[in-house]
Amino acid sequence: MSPVILAKNVSLSYGTNRVVSSASFTINEQDFVCIVGANGSGKSTLIKAILGLIKPAAGTISFGDGIKREAIGFLPQDVKTDLNFPATVSEIVLSGTLGRLGLKVFYRREDRVKAKEALQQLGILKLNNASFSNLSGGQKQKVLLARALAATSKVLILDEPSNNLDYKSRKEFYATLKKLNKSGLTIIMITHDLDTEDLIGNKIISIKESKVKCLATSDYLEAYR
Amino acid sequence: MNWFFEMLSYSFMQRALIVGVLISVCAALVGVSLVLRKSSMIGDGLSHTAFGAFAVATVLNFAPLWLAIPVVIVASFLVLKLSSNKKANGDALIALLSASSLAIGTMAISLSSGVNIDLNGYLFGSVLSIGWSDVWLSAVLAVAVILLYIFAHNRIFAITFDEDFAKAIGIKTHIYDAIFAVICSLVIVLGMRLLGALLISSLIIFPTLISMQFSKSFGRTVVYSVIVSIINFILGLSVSYLIASPTGATVVLVNLVVFIITSIIRWLRRA
Repeated sequence: MSPVILAKNVSLSYGTNRVVSSASFTINEQDFVCIVGANGSGKSTLIKAILGLIKPAAGTISFGDGIKREAIGFLPQDVKTDLNFPATVSEIVLSGTLGRLGLKVFYRREDRVKAKEALQQLGILKLNNASFSNLSGGQKQKVLLARALAATSKVLILDEPSNNLDYKSRKEFYATLKKLNKSGLTIIMITHDLDTEDLIGNKIISIKESKVKCLATSDYLEAYR
Repeated sequence: MNWFFEMLSYSFMQRALIVGVLISVCAALVGVSLVLRKSSMIGDGLSHTAFGAFAVATVLNFAPLWLAIPVVIVASFLVLKLSSNKKANGDALIALLSASSLAIGTMAISLSSGVNIDLNGYLFGSVLSIGWSDVWLSAVLAVAVILLYIFAHNRIFAITFDEDFAKAIGIKTHIYDAIFAVICSLVIVLGMRLLGALLISSLIIFPTLISMQFSKSFGRTVVYSVIVSIINFILGLSVSYLIASPTGATVVLVNLVVFIITSIIRWLRRA
């Protein structure tokens, strides 16, 4: 498997606190990586650095051939929008393609096709013209995942995606992620390390007291349980 | 309809109508993003800053517009910068800015002697204060804002809906924030003399809230906001002419009545 993301001696700070010290890891094509650690351990800071939203205090994060930072699909922890935000599902999912649009002003036919494919992939094409504010929590999460899928065909980064989901929706959501991973997508997901049901990937990146370890899931479970 | 043509036979009413419509368009466009990002109070803070700058400029015998525009733009950048700083309390800062600017403006006017200042006009607006320079400036601003919305509406939607995601896909959100700050400042400074420092921010807020009552998409909300804003302004200006009431207050009340009616219709539909 070819490398998709390579971190070399990366150190990250949040304010004056050093949350990640000299981390090195490689994420390969079709890996499903779960990032675990206590609250405030630096999980979100690490994915922000991968997404280019913050600069590492030291070290480098580079990408494999054909991977552009703007074309990484991202599902934030929560979208802090107005409850009555007037937006249709298609408006939201199409906005995922903006990273590839460059200087172009209007969506192209291929962007609309990509957005529709993302909805179809998640089985929510019928919601295309629905109002986002009228959807259930599980449906909203799927729409935001579709937006992330519209942004990428290679790497998906998710920040605690199961936070606002009930048990059934979470199971369903994880099953969808596994299916997407099997279809070739590399997935990086922040999750709780308290619940082994959430550790659904093949690799774990654990952050504890600013030290980062990258292990196979089975090794992690053996070492820490 | 004779009264409408009679109203337009006065050149000051023609100027008020043109500036009002152009500013309504700009305020509605920028208002959608500000309201949906829960930043509409910025408009209130900046309008009070504009009042302070206008009052000081008049007392010092400067051209008010040319002092108010840079002062309000600087204030908008300051508010924006501090609002994005999680350690700073954005709401408190806006309240501080509003109160301090009002105090500075009122103090400047009260300490000045021999300067004839229409305090009421600054606070509540006056159709008589609109000159042709306001018309041209408003026209240039409206063209710029409309072009921005035509060419960047998809990106504006992405930023308004989810700023973190917009940043992650490479949209330079800080550039759009800066553009919004400048537009908001210009809308307030140009519209303030017509509607007043205490009322201009309603032009930013009401059209969005009204159009959100009957629109489920962002694109339609933007278009409806512009239409609602223009109609309500013309209605407010006309009523104020007919019953000789203050223009700013009448426009705000027309917006309030429309907002109440649309809210009731929405509530009845859902019931």
